[in-house]
Amino acid sequence: MTRISVNVDGSSYTDEVEPRMLLVHYLRERLGKVGTVVGCDTSNCGACTVHLDGRSVKSCNVLAVQADGHEVKTIEGLADGDELHPVQKAFRECHALQCGYCTPGMIMQAVDLLQEKPDPSEEEIRHGLEGNLCRCTGYHNIVRAVQMAAGQEVTDVPTFEGSAS
Amino acid sequence: MTATADAPATARPEIGASRRRKEDQRLLTGRTRWTDNIQLPGMLHVAMVRSPFAHARITNIDTSAAKSAPNVVSVFTGAEVAEEQGTLITAWPVTPEQNTPNHPPIAVDRVAFAGEVVAVVVARSAAEARDAAELVEVDYDELPAVLDLKEAAKDEVLAHPDLGTNKSAFWQLDSAGQGSGGAVDEAIAEARSNGIVIEREYRQQRLVPAFMEPRSVVCDPTGEQITLWTSSQVPHIVRFALAATTGVPESKIRVIAPDVGGGFGGKLQTTPEEWITFLAGRRLGRPVKYTETRSESLMAGHHGRDQWQKLTLAATKEGRVTGLKVDLLADLGSYAAIVGGGVPVLGAWMFNAIYKFDSYQFNVTNLYTNKTWVDAYRGAGRPEATYAIERLMDELAAELGKDPLEVREMNWIKHEEFPFTTVAGMTYDSGNYEAATARAKEMFGYDELKAEQQRRRESNDGIQLGIGVSTFTEMCGLAPSRILGQLNYAAGGWEHADIRMLATGKVEVITGVSPHGQGHETAWSQIVADRLGVPFEDVEVLHGDTQISHRGLDTYGSRSLVVGGEAVVRAADKVIEKARTVAAHMLESSEDDLEFANGRFGVRGTEQGVTIQEVAMASFHAHDLPEGAEPSIDASATFDPDNF
Repeated sequence: MTRISVNVDGSSYTDEVEPRMLLVHYLRERLGKVGTVVGCDTSNCGACTVHLDGRSVKSCNVLAVQADGHEVKTIEGLADGDELHPVQKAFRECHALQCGYCTPGMIMQAVDLLQEKPDPSEEEIRHGLEGNLCRCTGYHNIVRAVQMAAGQEVTDVPTFEGSAS
Repeated sequence: MTATADAPATARPEIGASRRRKEDQRLLTGRTRWTDNIQLPGMLHVAMVRSPFAHARITNIDTSAAKSAPNVVSVFTGAEVAEEQGTLITAWPVTPEQNTPNHPPIAVDRVAFAGEVVAVVVARSAAEARDAAELVEVDYDELPAVLDLKEAAKDEVLAHPDLGTNKSAFWQLDSAGQGSGGAVDEAIAEARSNGIVIEREYRQQRLVPAFMEPRSVVCDPTGEQITLWTSSQVPHIVRFALAATTGVPESKIRVIAPDVGGGFGGKLQTTPEEWITFLAGRRLGRPVKYTETRSESLMAGHHGRDQWQKLTLAATKEGRVTGLKVDLLADLGSYAAIVGGGVPVLGAWMFNAIYKFDSYQFNVTNLYTNKTWVDAYRGAGRPEATYAIERLMDELAAELGKDPLEVREMNWIKHEEFPFTTVAGMTYDSGNYEAATARAKEMFGYDELKAEQQRRRESNDGIQLGIGVSTFTEMCGLAPSRILGQLNYAAGGWEHADIRMLATGKVEVITGVSPHGQGHETAWSQIVADRLGVPFEDVEVLHGDTQISHRGLDTYGSRSLVVGGEAVVRAADKVIEKARTVAAHMLESSEDDLEFANGRFGVRGTEQGVTIQEVAMASFHAHDLPEGAEPSIDASATFDPDNF
């Protein structure tokens, strides 16, 4: 067992973990951060994406011990209280999710993408999200959501009653 | 939209309004309830030992090393639990004579596909269970495996030697036989001498549904009932099938499908993994969880499609189709899955698509192979039919040198001919393919694209242009029950809804369908908000738990809205009728003088009225109800459609 100290979503945790324990299992099973999910165990699908010191990582591909002394942000720490993060809001506005299983990872990756490229082209968005799989949406509305979050004009998505909020 | 800005919220039609989904808040913030999230006191974890061989006899299983591994609580094999593990059933033996192999959840003496479970390890953590699973020593005698569909049809190598054949069933629909059209062989003979015959063979490749959320099962045997959480489209069917095959009374089983991350048909199964987790929980008396890896999901979750389609189309020299003969070989894989045998049969009513053929015959031979079992996937048997007939229509157009749309129009049902009974015997109530196609051509710029295509052909342009067209029609809903009965399907096709009018004026809607990404909570709220005239936000939709939703047939085959949604409408109408009696009493009026609009019973010609929420409160305290009225305006409805 190895002792680690990790800051997750603004709270500090100190735990003894098996050296082989994956970060995603540490988050889910030890900390109860079940908003972050496992889709493929092989880093193909990106459903488990979180931020490690502000950059996106696939948490099924990081050992918990590698997060020792670092900061982790998950989907559960993204909103500011009841106020959704702009990317979460844009996903909602653009109907960019259906079953929602890929959504936490997709959003965390999109946030990282926009940090790196605040005004991305559609091609850059598609390229930036290529490590994240969605089975329901066909990606179109996800790309639109990222454009909306970037402050770009988005036209071909559904408009909702009172969309301004 | 007919609403105006100052109209009350309840007067604005919800159906047709764009609403942000109710589901999204929790999905966007990670406040979700996936099955794998569940942790219970003392919970144990299950790992499966799976066969690496497609077909083999199990000669010995040595579990001693696994049993002595750290924190392992139990290891068991199929032979050790043969009497108590139950069996997996098929709900759709397509003919009474169907050959169906016995399907124990854990193989007892022989495996029939790579990925089949041969032993089970239960340990304190998932990691320890998987470590120990690798210590289970299984001796196999490999047997010849049949993997190719056409090889399977020869019956030389058998997927299940005890059945004596790979053939599961042969099923036929013949228009001459059932009186819905002529004799197809005569039409083909006539076309061979004086028309056009097109013969083709198409492959429908096998595929994997590949939902994003891996399948996961939790069994909690503590308490009076056994509770099973499962990432499933079909909690009601799982409960029924568990009761039917394990001897545990249905009333002692509660099945919950919480948030479910996609299905695409892949989660309408009753699975070995569910039966094994149920068994492990019961044997050990403690909560247990099994969550598959993606590799296990791809190997052992059911696959889709996998057919050879042999087609013979007969037409006149002008291109009017006079007959279609379909001969399918369909791969069921290693076992008859819950509706596996029925999936190719569903194509029988769809190969004729939107067309008028004089004669038609559909033949399917369902075969077993030593591959992963096959069952419903997105459209289940029907898109396969569309693919085949639309390709044939293109082939016919090419043969005639005509525009593909022109040939289709020559053969499709004209709008003035509806309602129309097809050569397969199905009645289509309405349609206007002329108008829809004209609109599609306009939106697509079809004529301009055809002209551009022509220009590129003539100028030998390095970039050539191809234009694809396809029509598509589909029967959905998988009902009515009486027709499903005629097709030997074991269940009905109805759906159920309950509406609870809470004392505070809020509304709970309980639906028997079980969403996994479709957004039922939003759509059902819209239906009820419109019908009862209550705010959208005041409606809560409950689903996926057999203790809350005691009647239901779940979600598959595009049935949720058309069958389940109509059940909700009918339950709401019953609520209104019960409320009307109470409202009349409250208003000292006759029921006939009341009109119900926008959530309010008003006395005609007066300003007097009560809202349905006020009626709900009056029924709750029940201090002053009309003679004989029960103190509740809750209502239920079960809906069974008249036709597909």
